[in-house]
Amino acid sequence: MAHATRRLTSKPTFRGAGLAALAVLPLGFLVVFFAWPVAAIIGRGFGSGGVGTAIGNPLTWKLAGFTVASAGVSTIVAVLAGLPVAFLLARVRLPGVSLVRTLVLVPFVLPTVVVGLAFRALWPDGGLLPLVLANAFFNVAVVARTVSGLWSHLDPRTVDAARALGASPWRAFRSVTLPALAPAIASSAAVVFLFCATSFGVVLILGGAKYRTLETEIYLRTVQLLDLSGAAALSLVQFAAVVAALVVGALARRRRENAVRLRSRSETARRPRGGEWWAVTAGLAVIALLMTPIVALLIESVSTSDGWSLAGYEALAGQGSRNALQVSGWDAASMSLRTAFDATTLAMIVGVLASVVLVALRRTPGRLARGMGETMDAALMLPLGVSAVTVGFGYLVTLDALPGDLRTSPLLVPLAQALVIIPLIVRMVLPVLRSVDVRLRQAASTLGASPGRVWREIDLPLTARSLVAAAGFGYVVALGEFGATSFLARPDAPTLPVAVATLISRPGELNNQMAYAACALLMIVTVVAVVLIDRFGAVRGQNSVGEF
Amino acid sequence: MKRALRTVVAAGTVAALVAGCSLSGNTGNDPQAPATVTLVTHDSWLAPQDVLDAFERQSGIKISVLKQGDAGALTNKLVLTKANPIGDVAYGIDSTFASRALTEGVFEQYTSPEADRGPQRYSVDPGHRLSAVDLGDVCVNIDTRYFVDKGIPEPKSFADLTDAKYKDLMVAESPATSSPGLAFLLGTIAQFGEQGWQGYWTQLKANGLKTVSGWEEAYSKEFSGSSGKGPRPIVVSYASSPAAEIGDDGKPRTKALLDTCYRQVEYTGVLAGGKQVEKARKVVDFLLSQQFQVTVASNMYVYPARQGVELPQGWAQAAPLPQQPKTLEPAKIQAGREQWIAQWRTLLEG
Repeated sequence: MAHATRRLTSKPTFRGAGLAALAVLPLGFLVVFFAWPVAAIIGRGFGSGGVGTAIGNPLTWKLAGFTVASAGVSTIVAVLAGLPVAFLLARVRLPGVSLVRTLVLVPFVLPTVVVGLAFRALWPDGGLLPLVLANAFFNVAVVARTVSGLWSHLDPRTVDAARALGASPWRAFRSVTLPALAPAIASSAAVVFLFCATSFGVVLILGGAKYRTLETEIYLRTVQLLDLSGAAALSLVQFAAVVAALVVGALARRRRENAVRLRSRSETARRPRGGEWWAVTAGLAVIALLMTPIVALLIESVSTSDGWSLAGYEALAGQGSRNALQVSGWDAASMSLRTAFDATTLAMIVGVLASVVLVALRRTPGRLARGMGETMDAALMLPLGVSAVTVGFGYLVTLDALPGDLRTSPLLVPLAQALVIIPLIVRMVLPVLRSVDVRLRQAASTLGASPGRVWREIDLPLTARSLVAAAGFGYVVALGEFGATSFLARPDAPTLPVAVATLISRPGELNNQMAYAACALLMIVTVVAVVLIDRFGAVRGQNSVGEF
Repeated sequence: MKRALRTVVAAGTVAALVAGCSLSGNTGNDPQAPATVTLVTHDSWLAPQDVLDAFERQSGIKISVLKQGDAGALTNKLVLTKANPIGDVAYGIDSTFASRALTEGVFEQYTSPEADRGPQRYSVDPGHRLSAVDLGDVCVNIDTRYFVDKGIPEPKSFADLTDAKYKDLMVAESPATSSPGLAFLLGTIAQFGEQGWQGYWTQLKANGLKTVSGWEEAYSKEFSGSSGKGPRPIVVSYASSPAAEIGDDGKPRTKALLDTCYRQVEYTGVLAGGKQVEKARKVVDFLLSQQFQVTVASNMYVYPARQGVELPQGWAQAAPLPQQPKTLEPAKIQAGREQWIAQWRTLLEG
């Protein structure tokens, strides 16, 4: 081992320079499209004074406490609901599992205003319970997809060995599987926490006038009151909470992270037996619960005051009652597809490069490299934890300094969406990339392969499936992204979620129905995209892992 | 074979996506192209493309629209970018936020030749930096059928709403998160005065008022007169909303209570520091012209500021313009807004 380590670091300067070159793009992107705008807008808050007073205000701490507590509970609910689904996706060979893989993503793309209204229909008075459940509802997919990505690659023989030694299935799960999954669970939990802590529309609709979070208060201070110093104070508190969550997530990952043998899913999935049926049942129950609001939406899209009607769907070809939209529903769908493609391409480039750098830093011995890696890892996650309002307003005061005045460019939408999905891509790619057995890479190096060749021959084939899955997930998230998009989308080029929000904010029954029909269209587009991408991933995965 | 098919499908999908992508592809620099003036506006902006096209043919000016959130967000974004504005003209700064924009020097002085055809009635600025372009009234709306079915007389005034007859029947938006909510709060302040409004709201709360965060929930989910068929027959919405609720029999299912209205005037103006001031002025003229003003009612559910502009069919019956709406001085709103919202929150959410 010592020999191998020495070999790997025999050209430290070359490696360092190469890594730095790789790191320039992701870090540069983050600085220009995130750190600079956010710092600029918070700086303005400081410029107008009063930040200290606002931080000292007990209301600030009440908001912070409620934000952290409600996001924490939502995260726990999402993880508990997501694990059986992850089991279903990773380990079970039954007809219909691929349908589950697709369906679980649907909640993630629904516009928050629509889900808020659907939950409101179930709980007319709003309140804490629907708020927590709605936030969890959106995020079960993050847990299920991230954890199943790693789970399906774990060697099942370790569990079989534990069972052969007399461990109960539950004991084998706790002492063998769970520790191996811990990095993915911690990763996804951190992402879900950040999503919940900064969720906006859900809190506004279901929290009603009563429950307020840092995010809704930042929105109010920035957008309605132009109280930038108050908003800056709240942003700093939110920032601190986010960094704390990231540190906890990183510690949890570090404690449990080992190289594990990766296998392909075709080898590891099988018919469930015995107690595993309980887990299967739980997973299916979660899916059924997730589908409840979705079915309600579909029903709403075909019901009118005079009974059933497809008028909402027919209206998608047009611009809504009294031209509520500037383009047709189909145009909005096509715009969504194209924007999401651009955003995903951008995010994959940045996210995969960043993951490669992170893994390399981790494998480089020394405290400095490790510290740099952890800092960069955390920095990449920050966009999930900072208010879209802060970023959006930050763009206004900074991006005119770039050539082409990006503030009003249509490119801003994919850029902002990429910012949201980069952390997700890193979180999905990184655990798998890290789990690639370092001895394989060392063996290849010993046999004379260049670092690029090692990446091509070892890392890429082993991680191809996860890369495609991450891209697919990112694509779907970009399709449904609303927060940043709604700040930046142009009226002649709305995405589907923006179109839905526009339609639902206009009176008239037809617009209302068309909004729900557009939601259904968004779901269908999502399902088709996921099916195609998963197919594509399966083809690649079989070829490459098969050789291994 | 199956695998080959899959690969073809996958490759085809990727190719289709690639072909469809690239948002930057259509920004050609055609020297023959008309000059583009950027109009910054709120999310409710909607204008028929043929009217914009006609203006482009006639003036050689292409209007590029940039939506920036609701009236509040729009104003605040213009204030933040005043050193290097994101556009040339703004549309839709309302009377609630006009003071802030004027104080911050967002607009240039410009008196449109069209302004004396009506818009000047709503002037807020002796320097003519803002010209009134449309107006809307936020009024309490009721579901008329509900009151007929239950045999309860319809409420008419602010005071009626606190009557026990109407207990648990009303839903309103929070002024902190919704612009009609804020307008309704301002209406009650105009009606009951800075001393009296809190007492009125306390009575409303005691009478079972429900508050929600936005117009969509209030109108689409809670209100019984809209397509959502919610439980409550009284809602804070717009004077023009009943025009969207005309049934097959040609009669509106809802009605605005014209004694509970608060008037919001929307303004347009030339942004100070813009790059094409002359063309921006032409756009302001266009927005005040008969040609454009005739479109605002059916597209944005607001009334034109110009006089003598015909309203869409049915508006006279379903959505008449309130004759005596409440108003507040912009300067007074600017001074009190934040404090009133805070007091409202303590009172209603406490």
